[in-house]
Amino acid sequence: MSYYDPKDLRKFGRITEWSETLGEKFFDYYNSVFKEGALTPREKSLIALAVAHTEMCPYCIDAYTKDGLERGITKEEMMEAVHVGAAIKSGASLVHGVMMMNKVNKLDS
Amino acid sequence: MSQFKSLQSLRKRHSPLAQTERQLKILEDGIFACGEAPLFSDKIKQTLGRPLKTTQLDILQVNLGYMCNQVCAHCHVDAGPDRKEIMTKETMELCLEAVKSSGVKTLDLTGGAPEMNPNFRWFVTQAKACGVGEIIVRSNLTIIVANKKYHDLPEFFAQNKVHVVSSMPHWTKEKTDRQRGSGVFEDSIKALKMLNEVGYGNPERDLVLDLVYNPSGAFLPGDQDALCQDFKRRLDESFGIKFNGLFALTNLPISRFLDYLIASDNYEDYMWTLVESFNPAAARAVMCLNTLSVSWEGYLYDCDFNQMLAMPINDSRKHISEYENDLMDGRLIKISQHCYGCTAGAGSSCQGAVT
Repeated sequence: MSYYDPKDLRKFGRITEWSETLGEKFFDYYNSVFKEGALTPREKSLIALAVAHTEMCPYCIDAYTKDGLERGITKEEMMEAVHVGAAIKSGASLVHGVMMMNKVNKLDS
Repeated sequence: MSQFKSLQSLRKRHSPLAQTERQLKILEDGIFACGEAPLFSDKIKQTLGRPLKTTQLDILQVNLGYMCNQVCAHCHVDAGPDRKEIMTKETMELCLEAVKSSGVKTLDLTGGAPEMNPNFRWFVTQAKACGVGEIIVRSNLTIIVANKKYHDLPEFFAQNKVHVVSSMPHWTKEKTDRQRGSGVFEDSIKALKMLNEVGYGNPERDLVLDLVYNPSGAFLPGDQDALCQDFKRRLDESFGIKFNGLFALTNLPISRFLDYLIASDNYEDYMWTLVESFNPAAARAVMCLNTLSVSWEGYLYDCDFNQMLAMPINDSRKHISEYENDLMDGRLIKISQHCYGCTAGAGSSCQGAVT
């Protein structure tokens, strides 16, 4: 059995039940973020999908894959967005290699 | 004619879902039977304070038959080349009588492929002569290039100022062909170019070409205006195709789309999506308030979906031969859980979003 149940995503709104003010503030903020602004909702959806993958959040992956399909975003566009996230994630690991190199250079004369 | 993929109608496959009783049973069971999700009737009463009732007749939608040159994966009509149900000229004459006596603004012709009815052109010209304000033909596009006898349909449409409404599920070949059959995308592009050549889609002309988008799977359509802009840009950039507007339609959970939802294990999630996306504003503007749907045999329904579920109107006069103008005066509309499809998100009707 998995800790994650896809049906739990439908219960997300219920978090307000145990802390109404904070829950509502969160959802107000969340909904405002995804409105049309300097970026289009379509661009925001692709960013959300990339971040969903780097955060490895199954709920977010389900939600923003569906959101992308609803917006007519193609699977090629979605996969490129996932690669952007993956590239940043792997780059973030790899850039630490400089720390390793610095340490080697300092310790090993 | 292109060789479309060999999907068959539910009827030809002898699928249990070819029986409308089976479909209605599925719609009443599951999350609705156990009370987990509210029944559509309760949701409507809670929202409007009363049941759904007709207001007036603005659109007479006539289904000229279930025969079609395509077999689309999500067809709610279960149409296809094997379906032989075709409206007779006598029934068309009865429809024309109703057009005249009602003074209806819009005559909306659908199918199947309505152009395959041998009396299609006669019916359109007669309706035009009756002075009906708008004649819509729901064309699958590929029929125009399917056979030489249909190649002049664009000119025929133009001569009669027909409002052409064409299905186009996506601007990519892959998504379109997956939903509507192999080769459909290329034939649709050819047909759209032929329509453009006679003046359709040109904002300077009075020839209206609208596209119909419906999702390729178990998800709702996104924002209609945003989709329209995307389609306009992509079809223009890639093919130089112009069109006027785009109707974003929700797939209703009946017939072949219901079959797909069940087979792909998406049924329950999809129903939840529809229920949770219920929009009170859409419920106040559903198309059944001002539409009457006529079957190929002349029987009357609240909408094309109820027609396919064999749910006739709630009146003793059930045939177009019995049409009287008071049929639309506050008649109770027949509903089931499939109706959630018309009230989800921005709402969905044969003219696209309703809010």
